[in-house]
Amino acid sequence: MNLMQVFLEAFRAMGMNRLRAGLTMLGIIIGVGAVVLMLAIGESVSGDINKRISAMGSNVMVIFPGSSTANGVRAGRGMVQTLTLADAQAIAQLPSFNAVAPIVQQPFQVASGTTNWNANVMGVTPDFFVVKDWEADRGSLFGDIEIRSASRVAVIGGTVANNLYGESNPIGQSIRIRNRPFEVIGVLASKGSDLGGGDQDDAVFVPFSTARQQLIRWGQPGSIHYALAQAASASQVQDAVYDATQLLRIRHRIRDDQDDDFTIRDLASIAEAAQGIATALTLLLGAIGSISLLVGGIGIMNIMLVSVTERTREIGIRMALGAKRRDVLLQFLTEAIVICVCGGAIGVALAYAGSVAITNFSPMAVGISMTGIIIAFTFSAVIGIFFGFYPAKRASTLKPVEALRYE
Amino acid sequence: MNAVIKNPSAQSDYLIQLTDITKSYFSGDVETPVLHGINVSIRHGEFVAIMGQSGSGKSTLMNILGALDTPTGGSYVLNGKETSKLTDNELAKVRNETIGFVFQGFNLLKRMPLVDNVALPLLYAGVSMKDARKRAIEKLTQTGLGTFTKRLPNQISGGQQQRVAISRALVCEPALILADEPTGNLDTTTSSEIMQLFTRLNEENGMSILIVTHEPDVARYAKRLIRLKDGYVTYDGPMADAHL
Repeated sequence: MNLMQVFLEAFRAMGMNRLRAGLTMLGIIIGVGAVVLMLAIGESVSGDINKRISAMGSNVMVIFPGSSTANGVRAGRGMVQTLTLADAQAIAQLPSFNAVAPIVQQPFQVASGTTNWNANVMGVTPDFFVVKDWEADRGSLFGDIEIRSASRVAVIGGTVANNLYGESNPIGQSIRIRNRPFEVIGVLASKGSDLGGGDQDDAVFVPFSTARQQLIRWGQPGSIHYALAQAASASQVQDAVYDATQLLRIRHRIRDDQDDDFTIRDLASIAEAAQGIATALTLLLGAIGSISLLVGGIGIMNIMLVSVTERTREIGIRMALGAKRRDVLLQFLTEAIVICVCGGAIGVALAYAGSVAITNFSPMAVGISMTGIIIAFTFSAVIGIFFGFYPAKRASTLKPVEALRYE
Repeated sequence: MNAVIKNPSAQSDYLIQLTDITKSYFSGDVETPVLHGINVSIRHGEFVAIMGQSGSGKSTLMNILGALDTPTGGSYVLNGKETSKLTDNELAKVRNETIGFVFQGFNLLKRMPLVDNVALPLLYAGVSMKDARKRAIEKLTQTGLGTFTKRLPNQISGGQQQRVAISRALVCEPALILADEPTGNLDTTTSSEIMQLFTRLNEENGMSILIVTHEPDVARYAKRLIRLKDGYVTYDGPMADAHL
């Protein structure tokens, strides 16, 4: 019997017992569907995290004042003014740093014409855009000249642009912040949400000097809310954290037995942790899917064993008509494989439908990857061979005389 | 190993030569002999009935003759080929090429159309599905079932099912038809129809036929009788001289 006929026989055997074949297949369908969908979800979650990490900029750390313990009272972030523009400039001089961007920020009701919108207004230096690796989608960013002259110019995020200007071009238009008119010179490329889920595009950026002098009247003139800093390279992030800590301790005259009056948070390590969670999640989901696939495989073995017992007489007849052991082995093995592969195909189709549903009805975009499909298919064929082999072997080693006598 | 003899008559006139065939079953160390040295020779074109009561060893002999089982001792030359020492695969080939089986319970595959039931031995012989079906339809037509090819076995009568089984036995053009109680599940009228079909195959086509039965009325269609009792041959001669 050639392979083509063996396959036809396998399909016919399935057709003869549709309910059983269908139920057996269901185990594989659910298993394969679960593996493919779970892997896709895991991949999309870690892809999402990767996107947010790259949106943060690379090798970035945040330096903010606070976490100082004064007389046993710990002040929260923003309440203390221990970090200054001079600190930021000093850190920027360290060789382990590429750029340091001091930031002051405050939410304001910003307006253009009759429309208004509540946005976070941030006073930043040009280095901010370097650290964040952020470019203008339209117009341009401000540079050192605007800082020195404390110009009333603004670069706005995509969300603000949409809400204030809609379809029209914001470049050159006026935006009023605290009733002072600023000229919109640029609209930033969209960054999406940050790790915490906040919309990074919902912000207005003005030169640091302008903000400090005209908008944000807070604390000492030199104090900043926080700074974003970028290490010279990924391998220097740890060094940079150490260098900045030492420098700030000296500048702030902190004695050895006192705690820091600032906090440096390395975003990469946060990102790594998040990435680790995503990987663990993918593994967990994959493991759950694999277990259901395994259970499906055992179901196949179970049914095939029943089928061999039930069809003992048929095996005897086939042997009397000239079927070799190999023919019988192949027949049952092929049945198991056909069930698995058909189940796998339906499983992949269901997983695809599931991914479309998730993409449409939840904020997560889930795409089925070709790798996932190939893995699932290979896996289901292997399951078919693995769990189909034992029953098939049993069928093929039956003695023709005994098989024929079986009632 | 003997080569397959394409033209058996060149080698020997005998289709079957059993020499000192013994068969014992073992359970643990206990040996239960079933056949005690059977010596039987059957020529091409003979129509032989094997009779015996249950326990006489006729089923065991039938299994050995059908290459479904191997003897414990002795030599079995089938169609010029020593068969007693063959491997499982070689036995399968012998069953496929040389023997056509007809069983008491018809043994058709229930969920398979008649044409595919008949074509099955050809598929195991390596014939393509298309040719196998064509030849199966020819055989079914010869046994008068040409219009039933697409039906399933349970959609036709017992007599018709046995005809399908005979078509299946004939489809590989075997040297021998081996029928085990072929009329055991049939009524008298149908029985005689089936036996007439065997007679016709024997007389008109020169087919060698061996039937195992315990019914004298059925055995009478054969030309030669072999009677077994307790594992020994007690009679081997023309049907006409036998006392049934």
